[in-house]
Amino acid sequence: MTSLPDNPSGKQLGLVIDLDTCVGCQACVVSCKEWNTGGYPAPLTDISPYGPEPLGAWLNRVHSYEAGEGAAGRTVHFPRSCLHCAKPDCVTVCPTGASYKRAEDGIVLVDEDLCIGCGLCAWACPYGAREMDPGEKVMKKCTLCVDRIYNENLPEADRQPACVKACPSHARHFGDLADPESEVSILVAARGGYDLMPELGYQPSNKYLPPRASRAQEDGRMLEDAKPEGGFLGWLDDLLSR
Amino acid sequence: MHPAASVILFTASSGAGYGLLFLIALAAAFGLPLNSLYGAAASFLALGLISTGLLASTFHLGHPERAWRALSQWRSSWLSREGVAAVATYLPAGIFLLGWLFPLPEALWKASALLAALGAVATVICTGKIYASLKTIRQWHHPLVVPVYLLWGLATGALLAAALGPLGTATDSFGYLAAGGLAALLLVKPLYWSSLASAKPGSTAETATGLGGIGKVRPLDYAHTARNYVMEEMGYRVARKHARRLRGALLVSLCLALLLSLGATLTAGWLSGGLALLALACGLLGVALERWLFFAEAEHKVTLYYGATAA
Amino acid sequence: MIDRPLDTSPKVADEVKYSTCYMCACRCGIRVHMKDGAIRYIDGNPAHPVNKGVLCAKGSAGIMHQLSPAKLRKPLKRVGPRGSGEFVEIEWEEALATAADWLGAIRRTDPKKLAFFTGRDQSQALTGWWASQFGTPNHAAHGGFCSVNMAAAGLYTIGGSFWEFGEPDWENTRYFLMFGIAEDHDSNPIKTGLGRIKERGAKFVSVNPVRTGYSAIADEWLGITPGSDGLFVLALVHELLRAGKIDADYLLRYTNAAWLVIQDPESGDHGLFARDAEGRPLVWDRAQDKIATAEVCSESAALKGERTLPDGRKAKPVFHLLAERYLDPCYAPEAAAERSGIPAETIRRIAAEIATAAFDSDLELDQPWTDSAGKRHKTMRGRPVAMHAMRGISAHSNGFHTCRAIHLLQLLLGSVDSPGGFRYKPPFPRPIPPGQKPAGKPGQVKAGEPLPGPPLGFPTSPEDLLVEADGSPVRIDKAFSWEAPLSAHGLMHLVIRNAWAGDPYPIDTLFLYMANMAWNSAMNTAGTIEMLTDTDPETGEYKIPRIIYSDAFFSETVPYADLILPDTTYLERHDCISLLDRPICDADGVADSIRQPVVELDRDVRPFQDVLIDLGTRLGLPGLTKEDGATKYPGGYTDYLVNHERKPGIGSLAGWRGENGESEGRGAPNPKQLERYIEKQCFWRHELAPEERYFKFANRDYLETAKDLGLIDAAEPIVLQLYSEPLQRFRLAGEGKGPLPAPERHRERLADYFDPLPIWYPPQEDEVGDATSFPLHAVTQRPMAMYHSWGSQNAWLRQIHGHNPLYIPEGVAKEAGLEDGDWAWVTSRHGRIKAPVKIMQGVNGHTLWTWNAIGKRSGAWNLSADAEESQRGFLLNHLIDELLPERGSGYRYASSDPVTGQAAWYDLRVSIEKAEGDSAQSAPRFATLTLPGLPEPPAVSRYGAKDSRGRKRP
Ligand SMILES: Nc1nc2c(c(=O)[nH]1)N[C@H]1C(S)=C(S)[C@@H](COP(=O)(O)OP(=O)(O)OC[C@H]3O[C@@H](n4cnc5c(=O)[nH]c(N)nc54)[C@H](O)[C@@H]3O)O[C@H]1N2
Ligand SMILES: Nc1nc2c(c(=O)[nH]1)N[C@H]1C(S)=C(S)[C@@H](COP(=O)(O)OP(=O)(O)OC[C@H]3O[C@@H](n4cnc5c(=O)[nH]c(N)nc54)[C@H](O)[C@@H]3O)O[C@H]1N2
Ligand code: SF4
Ligand code: SF4
Ligand code: SF4
Ligand code: SF4
Ligand code: SF4
Ligand SMILES: [Mo]
Repeated sequence: MTSLPDNPSGKQLGLVIDLDTCVGCQACVVSCKEWNTGGYPAPLTDISPYGPEPLGAWLNRVHSYEAGEGAAGRTVHFPRSCLHCAKPDCVTVCPTGASYKRAEDGIVLVDEDLCIGCGLCAWACPYGAREMDPGEKVMKKCTLCVDRIYNENLPEADRQPACVKACPSHARHFGDLADPESEVSILVAARGGYDLMPELGYQPSNKYLPPRASRAQEDGRMLEDAKPEGGFLGWLDDLLSR
Repeated sequence: MHPAASVILFTASSGAGYGLLFLIALAAAFGLPLNSLYGAAASFLALGLISTGLLASTFHLGHPERAWRALSQWRSSWLSREGVAAVATYLPAGIFLLGWLFPLPEALWKASALLAALGAVATVICTGKIYASLKTIRQWHHPLVVPVYLLWGLATGALLAAALGPLGTATDSFGYLAAGGLAALLLVKPLYWSSLASAKPGSTAETATGLGGIGKVRPLDYAHTARNYVMEEMGYRVARKHARRLRGALLVSLCLALLLSLGATLTAGWLSGGLALLALACGLLGVALERWLFFAEAEHKVTLYYGATAA
Repeated sequence: MIDRPLDTSPKVADEVKYSTCYMCACRCGIRVHMKDGAIRYIDGNPAHPVNKGVLCAKGSAGIMHQLSPAKLRKPLKRVGPRGSGEFVEIEWEEALATAADWLGAIRRTDPKKLAFFTGRDQSQALTGWWASQFGTPNHAAHGGFCSVNMAAAGLYTIGGSFWEFGEPDWENTRYFLMFGIAEDHDSNPIKTGLGRIKERGAKFVSVNPVRTGYSAIADEWLGITPGSDGLFVLALVHELLRAGKIDADYLLRYTNAAWLVIQDPESGDHGLFARDAEGRPLVWDRAQDKIATAEVCSESAALKGERTLPDGRKAKPVFHLLAERYLDPCYAPEAAAERSGIPAETIRRIAAEIATAAFDSDLELDQPWTDSAGKRHKTMRGRPVAMHAMRGISAHSNGFHTCRAIHLLQLLLGSVDSPGGFRYKPPFPRPIPPGQKPAGKPGQVKAGEPLPGPPLGFPTSPEDLLVEADGSPVRIDKAFSWEAPLSAHGLMHLVIRNAWAGDPYPIDTLFLYMANMAWNSAMNTAGTIEMLTDTDPETGEYKIPRIIYSDAFFSETVPYADLILPDTTYLERHDCISLLDRPICDADGVADSIRQPVVELDRDVRPFQDVLIDLGTRLGLPGLTKEDGATKYPGGYTDYLVNHERKPGIGSLAGWRGENGESEGRGAPNPKQLERYIEKQCFWRHELAPEERYFKFANRDYLETAKDLGLIDAAEPIVLQLYSEPLQRFRLAGEGKGPLPAPERHRERLADYFDPLPIWYPPQEDEVGDATSFPLHAVTQRPMAMYHSWGSQNAWLRQIHGHNPLYIPEGVAKEAGLEDGDWAWVTSRHGRIKAPVKIMQGVNGHTLWTWNAIGKRSGAWNLSADAEESQRGFLLNHLIDELLPERGSGYRYASSDPVTGQAAWYDLRVSIEKAEGDSAQSAPRFATLTLPGLPEPPAVSRYGAKDSRGRKRP
């Protein structure tokens, strides 16, 4: 159904991305490409792979920004993939029903066999999360690794998104954001996790944890001279005649 | 947004086709004096333009062979509704066209004319709505977008209808309608522009990244160095100076089309026909310019991730 | 409702093969999931000690590495001029016979005419051994242009080092200071560690001119001016000393702080340790008030006071000298502020924060342990300030001393191998410095004979140098000469230049392995290419007569070789990540690992190790052949891996030794050893007992275990060397004293740079250059998603880094009138490049930077000639001269650290101006390279397309 599910299950899976620990290493980007090019959305085509102006379909990309000025500023690495919004227009605009949101867990998927490759859903996504496959000519997007997270052919520990498993700095977390008791929800609450472009009302499920305030000024205390009169050797005398 | 020639052509052509269909059908339904050569030619042309547009738009799809699937989601999708409306309009429009060539029961013919006219309006509304419903682009998510689509349909349809005049119609109404539509556009487009200029963009690089708390946000690296679909499709931004010049050109072509079509209405014979054709040319130039600008000036929110400061 | 058949449990693999990643040298464990005979995907092995399941971007792109159309396919023999790309494919027999022919003639006459240098490989245990079997001293791996400064400074100070040989105590540290690291060889563990300390709330300070990557997530970023870290660190030392915030117990127990240093400026042993008849260092015992021999783990010696030695001369404890030096106001924060760009108040505050973290913490592990003196301690007391440093320090000509300054700071805090501090990874700590000396002294290089030892080692005095009677270097790279006495890793960056110049002598064959020396690993790249093609005008012969090269891909260097021995990829061969080389140990465990072939070979290429063993057999090298000339290792490399013993009981792999695999570390060869590794996920690990995990230099149980495992020869405690006597010996030689005074022309340099205590001096380029013409610094950083040159052939990675902007600070941009996307000319005293610029804020105001090795030569790597890597991409290397300008004597020293010979890449000084109206192409430009026999790269890549999609609708 291209309309949003009427009776959401009360479960909403998604990612929580910690901008305070993301070092911009692109591991999530490539592991996503690697898993998915042979997975649910197979393949993720690359054209001109060894030539000028290559163009490939990717489901996750990591930007970097500079925010603020001078020493108070920060460089922030910023992963961007589908946010599995609660009210996403990318689903409702789709004329074919290819773009849909699963009632059972809130994952937004493209049913590629139905997709006509009109591109409208990508226009409707403010987050740039959808990419037309340059070879397959159907829409690709983050699947939340739906073929991993429930996969009974994988060991239990591997039933998590490829990007989450790969992330070396553990800046990515996966879980049920609708359950206030889940680890991800607790993390979001504790760290002030926020929505991207909340003003649009898409109600993204993925949350971003903000970079923590800079701690350059800790307590401002300076070191005192060991023993102002006696100087260092005087201090040493004291120290050694304990 | 990337101003793809195919999309400009498709919307302009189907818009004009629907406008023409609407006018001819109404004229027929209300018994305006049209001879059947004119009626048949105009209806045929209208359907031709519509079909060209629709076909062009299907070829523009990744999978045209599945285009039929697009009819299924009319409950939520304006694109689907557009498809349904377009397909639905074909039936009465076809009957209406046949009615010029073969005798049909009057009631059936008139009813199909009215239905075709209704379908034409509905389809154009759907087309406008496809754009107007996108919250991601404030230049499109605007109350004047649908009216502008309708006015273009009316104006270009009327210009066509007037230009076809020599084939046998006695009415001036098309010329006046064209002039009226163009005049309305001359009024509405500047209104639309000033409304956009005065509205504050709803999103910024800061809201897109959520990093506003730290300060102003500037991109350092755009993820991959290679190009990507999103930016090829949505990253297009027209230079302000260039846009201003094109807006000027659009207004000039609208004015010219208006004056020429008035001229055509007020003159007769050979001169009138020539002026009507010139008016049509100016109108088509206008619609092409307007559509190009409609895309080129549309700032998709995703560009906020790629260096735009507000959208 | 639409029916959505969706299989959420597709079968993803028929088989999972374990191995070790080699998309870079970090040695992470991988699982290769095979489906229908192809690789479905590769992920991190959760059980592996290095990466614990995570995998970086490069590792995740292994499939595309395997699919690269730049893979070499068959041995090649050059038939056109060098660089022309005119080769013919030959059979292996011809290739090996040719190589054996060339090398055999050299070995029979003068083995040093073979220069055998290797790059990014992890086979140094084999290659170094092979070189010494061959008998040439002219061997080294890439360490000399990489980070020998870190290795040498560490091994001469604490018996271990940064690089990948130690790690911060991620679990316990409260304050982490990182110097000049963008990525490092421990890149996944560092990322995981940073995530962990963030989670724990420890403070992370990054000292780096650039604020990206790790520095981006630092709690505090100090945008230091390149080359000035030594000033900053010694100012911290000054502050800590001034405030008495040092760990005197630790210094007394574990370092040479109390050792007496002879104060007799005129004599040949001035500045050396006062020793007793047995050579044991002396201290002043406070309890007995008299001279005594130094004892580890004792606190009774005096740290200060001038004493009179039995021979009547004066002596002072190390610590006394040290305190005198660094308390001097010339080390005060004010003196460091301007050059380093870090305000004095900031330096003061950081010193205070460090002191608080180290001394006001209550970190004490509830873990009893026994020290080397046999004393039992109830707990392990923490000093939770950790430090880590890499190429931002090492790639400067003052890097050795700067790195030693950092170690000094750590030692004053008592944080080396204390809970919360820096931790050794076994086999470190090792004796300071490790015992092996470089072989190849005059008389040791003999026709037809092996060297008596390994070509690399650790000199402790001028007598250990490899110099001829006239003081000239024995080695082609001038390692272990007066020019670079402690060049423990050789000077790979000088080999081509010296071989070309015939300085100190011409060679016959240059044999390279896995190093892209005609491109990104060369300084003065354009000049290097010329040297490779330059001919002797008289004979018409190449100045470097023969070049043999083993690469796996069509790199920029391939067209310049005469004979190409094509290698396999990491997924097609066995490899060994050995304790004899750069193992996978962590602070809590001793470990090593292997690679195994996971995909079948589809080309006529051979693993280089097999080739080397085959060649060695053909040459009749003693280690590889039996009396009758038959090979010792008929099974090739795997045979060697299992059966070769370096010392009795010690071989390439430490796990499952002994005939039945019953022993670890030491033991007889086990014929089933590789099978055992493969069964056990391709790695072996011995976890250290909790009481062995800290204070390893004086931890009795650890040292016993290390000895049992064969990591060290004896379980002797290791005394950490604040004051370096070997350095003083070289300084004395520079003063014309001691048993082997230096030749006149090197003396000043030795006297200046071989200070036994850490010093700071400006990077050499600052001194030779003219600061007003070249006001800016220019450095590179490792991109996390690319490995040097070899990532660009990767269809995925090259989309992430297809070209590299030159990042410039706002101020510089304003002054030069530059905007984002403009092109600029960057000029150094040596050359000029053209590059596109990108303005940023988070960079030191005097520093430009770019990503390393993204720029490619047109045509190389089987990329199309107009690929952006060669059109927009560029190298900074063209600006870097491998030599300094002439000195007074007319001699040109290398652009290297004078102590270790480390290549000083980041000393570079430049100016920048806008490039007006030029084409949008980087410069300099080179002719497009070609190579026969490679496939046409595909126009579209749809990897995985045939796999089941988990969906059923037709
Ligand atoms: N400007 C600048 N220059 C630098 C540096 C810098 O920071 N800035 N860093 C320097 C440092 S630290 C280093 S270590 C060097 C690194 O420079 P190199 O040692 O040249 O490293 P790579 O570019 O990785 O090239 C190694 C070669 O190995 C080949 N290769 C890859 N896999 C295999 C294999 O399995 N078998 C064989 N036989 N060959 C293989 C590749 O094709 C490539 O040609 O660069 C140095 N150059
Ligand atoms: N992804 C990836 N990983 C790699 C490699 C790779 O090519 N790609 N290469 C491997 C190799 S061979 C090596 S040697 C290691 C090197 O690993 P790193 O030591 O991380 O090497 P660089 O990227 O050269 O980083 C040097 C850092 O020092 C900073 N810097 C420059 N000058 C100064 C200075 O004077 N002071 C301070 N404080 N900082 C300074 C630079 O901004 C940069 O951030 O990485 C290894 N790991
Ligand atoms: S992020 Fe975009 S694609 Fe994903 S659900 Fe939201 S609107 Fe749809
Ligand atoms: S591209 Fe495919 S998924 Fe997207 S709106 Fe069109 S049909 Fe739906
Ligand atoms: S959840 Fe899966 S599909 Fe989505 S970004 Fe992560 S790896 Fe890619
Ligand atoms: S893998 Fe983790 S640290 Fe690396 S870019 Fe992705 S989120 Fe950031
Ligand atoms: S850091 Fe990445 S490329 Fe290097 S070994 Fe580990 S996974 Fe492989
Ligand atoms: Mo390196």
